[in-house]
Amino acid sequence: MAIKLKAKEKDGVVEVKALMNHPMETGQRKDKDGNKIPAHYISEVIVQVNDKDAITANWGASISKDPYLSVEVAGKKGDKVKLSWTDNKGESDSAEADIK
Amino acid sequence: MKRRTFLQGTVTAGAAALAAGAGLLTPGAVMADNHGGDMAEAFKLDNLEAAMKAIGAEGAEESGDIKIKAPEIAENGAVVPVTVSTDMEGVTEIAMVVAENPTPLAAVFKLGEGSKAMASTRLKMGKTSDMVAVVKAGDKSYMAKQEVKVTIGGCGG
Repeated sequence: MAIKLKAKEKDGVVEVKALMNHPMETGQRKDKDGNKIPAHYISEVIVQVNDKDAITANWGASISKDPYLSVEVAGKKGDKVKLSWTDNKGESDSAEADIK
Repeated sequence: MKRRTFLQGTVTAGAAALAAGAGLLTPGAVMADNHGGDMAEAFKLDNLEAAMKAIGAEGAEESGDIKIKAPEIAENGAVVPVTVSTDMEGVTEIAMVVAENPTPLAAVFKLGEGSKAMASTRLKMGKTSDMVAVVKAGDKSYMAKQEVKVTIGGCGG
């Protein structure tokens, strides 16, 4: 599991880009023996700037494998951006980056 | 596509009428509980109408101010880049809904203070479908849609 996180400020707007490693299983797929592969997907993503919620996203299994996310938030160079996710099995991960 | 949507609508309405006739709860009454509360169930709903209702977007006004950036033709339905943005004032929420997916509700983004009304991600599309964007501004919901033709489905089937 890993997260790539970048945050860049331009004209007062901070562009946050992230790539998360996650299988994002829909629960609709079957393995080669015909057994259903259980659903396993990120259900919540929170983007914070200096510990304040900037974006709270709820996701379903329709988000592609190894999800990509880009949003625009308020902030300035040097501020801390944190992205954390939780999946439907209760697993979680997070990453931090300085706004450049 | 249009015909399929129409047929689905008819079937759902028919089922609702049956349930109501039999003295059961209508789907609407059940779904109303999801709004504003635990979102997890909304992402498991298996039809467009219920999904839209769950995010409070039933009867949302169609708006030309919502921009959907998505390919007209997606060669690979497993990875369809979608960006939704708007210049509307007072936007609090952006949602992405894939009309024809087994569970249509894909994502809901709640915007904190100062965040721009823009969200970009990649979605799976099982087959050719309308990509529906819902924007909540003030206490009203607005929507826009764009068809994305899928040549290879994204659900591993």
